[in-house]
Amino acid sequence: MEWDWNFVREIMPTLIQGVKITILATVLGSILAAIVGLAIALARRSPNRAVSRSVGWFAEFVRGTPLLVQLYFIFYVLPDFGILLPPLVAGGIGLGLHYGTYTAEVYRAGIDNVPRGQWEAAKACNLSGHHTWTHVILPQAIPPMIPALANYFIAMFKETPLLSAITVLELMNQAKSVANSYYRYVEPMTLVGAFFLVISLCSVVLLRWLEHRYGRIER
Amino acid sequence: MPAPIIKVDAISKSFGAFKVLDGLSMQVMPGEKLALIGPSGSGKTTILRILMTLERIDGGHIQIDGEQLYHMERNGQLLPADERHLAKMRQKIGMVFQLFNLFPHKCVMDNVTLAPMLTKGVARAAAEKRAMELLDMVGLADKAKAMPAQLSGGQKQRVAIARALALSPKIMLFDEVTSALDPELVEEVLNVMRKLAAETDMTMLLVTHEMGFAHDFADRVLFFDRGKIVEEGKPDEIFRHPKQERTQGFLKKIIAAGHRV
Repeated sequence: MEWDWNFVREIMPTLIQGVKITILATVLGSILAAIVGLAIALARRSPNRAVSRSVGWFAEFVRGTPLLVQLYFIFYVLPDFGILLPPLVAGGIGLGLHYGTYTAEVYRAGIDNVPRGQWEAAKACNLSGHHTWTHVILPQAIPPMIPALANYFIAMFKETPLLSAITVLELMNQAKSVANSYYRYVEPMTLVGAFFLVISLCSVVLLRWLEHRYGRIER
Repeated sequence: MPAPIIKVDAISKSFGAFKVLDGLSMQVMPGEKLALIGPSGSGKTTILRILMTLERIDGGHIQIDGEQLYHMERNGQLLPADERHLAKMRQKIGMVFQLFNLFPHKCVMDNVTLAPMLTKGVARAAAEKRAMELLDMVGLADKAKAMPAQLSGGQKQRVAIARALALSPKIMLFDEVTSALDPELVEEVLNVMRKLAAETDMTMLLVTHEMGFAHDFADRVLFFDRGKIVEEGKPDEIFRHPKQERTQGFLKKIIAAGHRV
């Protein structure tokens, strides 16, 4: 078997299409994971026991089952209940929900790290609960957790090939389809690996910069 | 005789098995400057925290400015206060903390303007004008754009005082505000408080280990021990002629530790 540069040139446009979808799925999943994680972290702090308990169980359940199974559920089982989602949307929701249960722990740690005195100062300033969160607690809690969040988003990016199982035409799926139609695997699969490696490496550089920029807070 | 602005009636408070306050009662008149002294664990900080609604009480009643703090009167019945009632009552009270508790992500100006803008709907321009007056009063007008991390402890505490004053409370609570400061920075904070006491008619409650300052500053001194007020009186009576044995013992220890009275 020889490496065929002409074949590489031929399949490149298709693979780049796949890269775009992979990145789009990662961005969708990341945005959702950031929101879901915050929502779970806040709900688990709710004074209402029923809310905090049930959200806690939900998060344990999601974390304790494989992402692939969840993707199948969202894409193939939900339609039985009348919820029909396009593949990319289903994939974004799957990634976002799954990783949201992990980012929730990041938020929890970040929120716990805000000193108690800040809550007390907010109360002494007579800020409402809502204002305390939006103006005092979260602006201090979130910057130090950005590197940890970004870490999860990079991990999520490397899991996007799972979306090929629910027909999302992301990089892995495109590579599989060109490989299957030409019976040549070495170039497509090598390129998939190369794409992931290059993007991951760039992300790690970005992550280092984020750690430098946000990793510490001056008091 | 005017009505007391703070009326504490037989309140009790426990942390687990430890009874911090045990049927404590006290009254404070409007404009009065009060120093609360006593050994640590005697409940003096706890009573300030209770007045600021940072701790709930287990029993008893508190009236601030003629209104129940932890209870609401509905059809002649006393019900536990809801958050809305507590928020209304908090408007009357400001607090300065031992560890400053400035908002580290906001500049000095924003620390002072945040609460008036959010809780009272004051416009930014008006809030900043008032903040500049207050920062000028505490001698930090030139630090308005600085971040808290760039300030010394004494400067932070003066900003914290300006922040509390920005809401124009009737009652100000000072919880060991110089305890965390390097010795050379204590005086600048005390000077601001002297100025406040001289220039305003605010009611001020002060928990302190600075006995010399308590003596000069306070109209009345309360000596706390084991959750009760053991002795109270004019500063001269308490510091020069304490009647109770426990007060005498405490002052002796404080003097032995090198504090000036």
